Amino acid sequence: MNRKLAPNIKDAIEFNLQLKPHKKFTLDNGITVYTIDAGAQEVVQVELVFYAGNWFEQEKNTASTTNYLLKNGTSNKTAFELNEIFEYYGAYCNRSCSNETATVSLSSLTKQLPEILPLVREMITDSVFSEEELDIYKQNAKQRLQVNLQKSDFIATRLIDAHLYGEAHPYGKYTNPEDIDALSSSHLKDFFKQYYLNGQCVAFVSGKLPINIEQQLNSAFGDLPLKPFNNQLSNIIQTPAIKKKYRIQNDINGVQGSIRIARPFPNRHHPDFMKVMVLNTLFGGFFGSRLMSNIREEKGYTYGIHSYVQNHIHESAWLISTEAGKDVCEATIEEVYKEMKELRENLVDAEELLLVRNYLIGNILGDLDGPFHIMGRWKNLILNNLTDDYFHRSIETIKTISTDELQALSKKYLNPEQFYELVVI
Amino acid sequence: MNLVLFSTVHLHMIQFEKFEIANGLKVLVHQDKSTPMAVVNVLYDVGARDEDSSKTGFAHLFEHLMFGGSINVPVYDEPLQLAGGDNNAFTTNDLTNYYCQLPAENLETAFWLESDRMLSLAFSKKSLEVQRKVVCEEFKEHYINKPYGDVWHKMRELTYTVHPYRWMTIGAELSHIENATLEDVKSFFNKHYNPSNAILVVAGNVTVEEVKRLTDKWFAPINAGHKYIRNLPLEPKQIAARSSIIKANVPLDAIYKCWHIYPRVDMRYYTADLITEILSGGGSSRLFQALVKEKQLFSNIECYHLGSTDAGLLTIEGKLVKGVKMEDAESAIKAELIKLQQEGISQRELEKVKNKTESMIAFEDMSITNRAASLAMYELMGDVNLINKELDRYRAVTAEEIQNESKIIFDEKNCNTLYYYSNN
Repeated sequence: MNRKLAPNIKDAIEFNLQLKPHKKFTLDNGITVYTIDAGAQEVVQVELVFYAGNWFEQEKNTASTTNYLLKNGTSNKTAFELNEIFEYYGAYCNRSCSNETATVSLSSLTKQLPEILPLVREMITDSVFSEEELDIYKQNAKQRLQVNLQKSDFIATRLIDAHLYGEAHPYGKYTNPEDIDALSSSHLKDFFKQYYLNGQCVAFVSGKLPINIEQQLNSAFGDLPLKPFNNQLSNIIQTPAIKKKYRIQNDINGVQGSIRIARPFPNRHHPDFMKVMVLNTLFGGFFGSRLMSNIREEKGYTYGIHSYVQNHIHESAWLISTEAGKDVCEATIEEVYKEMKELRENLVDAEELLLVRNYLIGNILGDLDGPFHIMGRWKNLILNNLTDDYFHRSIETIKTISTDELQALSKKYLNPEQFYELVVI
Repeated sequence: MNLVLFSTVHLHMIQFEKFEIANGLKVLVHQDKSTPMAVVNVLYDVGARDEDSSKTGFAHLFEHLMFGGSINVPVYDEPLQLAGGDNNAFTTNDLTNYYCQLPAENLETAFWLESDRMLSLAFSKKSLEVQRKVVCEEFKEHYINKPYGDVWHKMRELTYTVHPYRWMTIGAELSHIENATLEDVKSFFNKHYNPSNAILVVAGNVTVEEVKRLTDKWFAPINAGHKYIRNLPLEPKQIAARSSIIKANVPLDAIYKCWHIYPRVDMRYYTADLITEILSGGGSSRLFQALVKEKQLFSNIECYHLGSTDAGLLTIEGKLVKGVKMEDAESAIKAELIKLQQEGISQRELEKVKNKTESMIAFEDMSITNRAASLAMYELMGDVNLINKELDRYRAVTAEEIQNESKIIFDEKNCNTLYYYSNN
């Protein structure tokens, strides 16, 4: 046996990747429910997605606070009582709020669903947003913010977004302590009424589903005054910063700098998007990327460096992000630009491209593990107004993109003068 | 409300087959035909507790070096990525675990790579130099450049007087990592990275026959080496409360309290684990409800343990609401513990934490990578069959046991407290 010789492999690009189709039905009120019925464990996940993100708020933090406080009391149950019932049935009810959408997500053993769904109904129809709950929330949110403001990575992440989109844009705005102080119960109630109680909603249900899932969801949500998603959002103008380079001292005792380098980038509907996903992987998107190999594995400047395109529905951005030793921050930035130059000026080696193709296909194959992950893919497509055709074209792009195309994209997008550059120590 | 009998729900049992080869390597196979992938998980029975107190952080640094090329394969990552695979690893105070996932057709690539680095590393000088720097940056990122980042460093030194849980996995100080030599690396490898000190788990779309054939081909030729016999000093029973004060540039005062609990294989472990669920871990847990919501003394409070192999620590940590006095915050925690000691818990509350635990197990078992790692951990604990018995053990815990253990664990003499004051 020759241990120096690699065993034969089947190139991952030869795999036929399929996204398991979802099923779909409509509740009595017109709300669409997408389902994936799969898996061995007797568990289920129900996600109700509302158009209730910070896109819609008048005062900062209204959307996220409303979303958070959905579990903090209805006219019949206190926050404690709500939580106690969820926990008693071994169920988890999480809330999350992003820019366009806000989600109420329930994970439960399949068998317990009939006990739990009425509770979710109660939350999205009868939350009270009491002054007392809001006061506790404000106090604790402010303290959490105070701790975060001491972290260079937290500051860098919010500032780079503000530079890219402007502080008035939903993607660029960030929270100051006085914004938390300004929150009022009446604003939350109004927001709740408009964007949850009478809001636009779509549901994603996955796991080992009970046979009467349609009936269960219909009796929990089918008679509510909710409206289906219409994907029509008002446009909000971006005001990107003029100045491109920033150096900020946040903590005089800091031993590392949080580096963010970013440029605006279009959304998934742009013809370059899929191709740039491949280029990004090669550049900084996985452990074997150019940035990681050079800046971590060759120079040891950082524990990790990554590049990625933000997961936004509207406009997006392409970012490079790392925490590097204080003394090597400038050297790190220089190396990032060197790697951009290399990609602009020289064709990628065919073998390196094959590795990236195989890695990406293998990764998607592994990520389609189980009903929740499959639904995750679908959810992302649907919320971005895309179909499974997009998934299959992405796979095709990974398999066929050429080295010439990668170089052309590098010349178009990887120019240092197009990037914002920020270091926070 | 009626009690829900969850025992009528049949959780999916995790099937596996086990064999051992002549050099002492233990192998577990878990077949799951529903995935196109295979997971190869190699656990080495070595962690930060096996380090010399003057060379801490070594097990973890070593984990980094395991990616720096082996005797016949110059780089680990590239061939794996070319085969459509991905990988990672982690080190704890108890163990070091490496795992990769790749399309099942390419399973042999993982066998080739994992067996070669078990056979011998390349011991590259360059790799050591770079990874020393990388680990120092990791140290800074997580433990120096973060408010409260030094808490566990201080807490471990307070709670353990002789047991090597005295230091964190990342190491006691940067200089230990900076001073690591290639000789240290070699002797660590020879001492710990032997087949008899490892557990191989292969999971996913694989067959037992195929795994046997590949194990025979790639791992059987590796020399058994010397079996490392662990002989760690036992931490003596703590007989008096201990405390320490830190003042630092952090925005808020915080308190950290730790009590010694039991080894992972002790039956009382399950009782201690449920106690942490009663006290924290949900919106209806006791400490959150009493101290964050009702008394508003803390902006957040948590109770947890680290699940360590040797006797570990049960921890309560919280950040104080600005203006609250440390003594008042501490007395309020104590009052909740006394309440548990004196009044115990209701049947419904006990059912609640058991049901939560059951559903947590079901969700964790959904991922094949998790199942593979769990099998390796249970085998390391001495009995892989435990993986399917855990739930029964949690179910068997009684309200009396919870109350009795809360008296034993939360004994003042068993307590360690860190008062963390803000300079601001």
